Amino acid sequence: MYLLAIDPIWWLIIEKLVLIAFVITVSMVVAMYATYGERKVAAFMQDRIGPNRAGIFGIFQPFADAGKLFFKEEIIPVSSSRFLFILGPALAMITALLTSAVIPWSVPLDINGRSVPLQIADVDVGILFVFGVVSIGVYGIMIGGWASNNKFSLIAAVRGASQMVSYELPMGLALLGVLLFAGDLRMSSIVQTQVEHGWNVIYQPLGFIIFFICALAECNRTPFDLPEAENELNFGYHQEYSSMKLGFYLFAEYINMFISGAVMAVLFFGGYDIPFVNEAAWGLGQNTMAIIGFAVMMSKALFFVFVFMWIRWTIPRFRYDQLMTLGWKKLVPLALVNLIISAAVVLWLKK
Amino acid sequence: MNITQILFWFLSVIAIFSALMVITSKNPVHSVLWLIVTFFAISGHYIVMNAQFLAIVNIIVYAGAIMVLFLHVFMLIDLRANTEPQQNRWIKIAGGIAGGSLMLVMIAALRNVDIKAQDAGINTNNIGLIKNLGRELFTTYVIPFELSSVLFLSAMVGAVVLGKKD
Repeated sequence: MYLLAIDPIWWLIIEKLVLIAFVITVSMVVAMYATYGERKVAAFMQDRIGPNRAGIFGIFQPFADAGKLFFKEEIIPVSSSRFLFILGPALAMITALLTSAVIPWSVPLDINGRSVPLQIADVDVGILFVFGVVSIGVYGIMIGGWASNNKFSLIAAVRGASQMVSYELPMGLALLGVLLFAGDLRMSSIVQTQVEHGWNVIYQPLGFIIFFICALAECNRTPFDLPEAENELNFGYHQEYSSMKLGFYLFAEYINMFISGAVMAVLFFGGYDIPFVNEAAWGLGQNTMAIIGFAVMMSKALFFVFVFMWIRWTIPRFRYDQLMTLGWKKLVPLALVNLIISAAVVLWLKK
Repeated sequence: MNITQILFWFLSVIAIFSALMVITSKNPVHSVLWLIVTFFAISGHYIVMNAQFLAIVNIIVYAGAIMVLFLHVFMLIDLRANTEPQQNRWIKIAGGIAGGSLMLVMIAALRNVDIKAQDAGINTNNIGLIKNLGRELFTTYVIPFELSSVLFLSAMVGAVVLGKKD
């Protein structure tokens, strides 16, 4: 066979490229249908029907929306900084997709005796990579808001930046408890620890709640959607945007939701682990297990997306000072207490 | 040239070019954005040296937090108008001489340095991985590490005291 004779490094490159293409496609499709899901959930909560015109149950609604956004007129304000105006939505989209690189989607596949891990990069810094990308995610909003040269956009951008920087702190502190149990930053070994010892949410319920609240804030979702508070800021940081640039900003939010759902599933809900059963005893093939694991992982991530929507249509928006008080005066001390208690417990167990 | 060298030159060119753009850009917001590009290039250098932790912390702390605060301030003060006052000619000359002397001292000091002895250990060095780095920090360098954390704490307390309204 000619194909098998090529250098192993090319196999690695091919398999990573395929995996990247697959993960990005999945993220995009999930984000597309999350817009549909959001409207259906909203409709359900408000006792309406929701989109039902395009296709059966309105299933083609996302395509109609995308088509509309693509064919709308593209406007770049004369007084804006042109390059930065375009860079803003691009950055928002790139950072939204980058996080998916370190998420372990399932157990390794087995192709012709070659073990193919379903994780794009199992880097040593693992979860810190996610934090790095999240901290860069602010720039999409900030640059877009500033480059629009519009007061409302600027206020929204400044709000967004201070909100995201503030909530990164309790997010990181809440995570430290998990890292103390896992003893490693690699996402794959965090999942492996949970497969062996049970899910982190059992040991770290407070840590999970803090992390979840911070994830809501990082995604700019209600009750923390101050950067796009329509009734105060017209439309928020993307007010001057039209056509697909606006589409990218809105789309990036849904991708962020999906990816943060996946991150929470990995960190606190055992990733691709199936609860209450020992799936290793089933004696299924490696590839079957990989597919089942992927399905389990996806359903956990999508469940979090649903919870995000549920919260959006249930809870009103915070005031700005309430947001800051919650972040700095409530969540940071709580996360610190959680960290100290978990550190003491880990020390006591390992003495 | 192997791939490490190509990466090194690529990152170096980006780092130097963007650092030059930081000081030559007229608009402070553009300066900050170029500085972020510089940080990314430097993080790339850290990754080439397999110092992953340092690379990602550089991005989280500098590019992700400190630069956001810089941008925050620059965006809120109106810098579109060219408010920069014309500098005195003598100050310019004095600055040129001071900078030139610093460069001279640096070159004189670094001229005889044996670069080979300072090999960063590309591909062989694992000290930058979190486990090794953590062990080193909390055994060999525990006193400087703790001292610097006390320094940070005092800086934080100082910032809170200065920020109080009364």
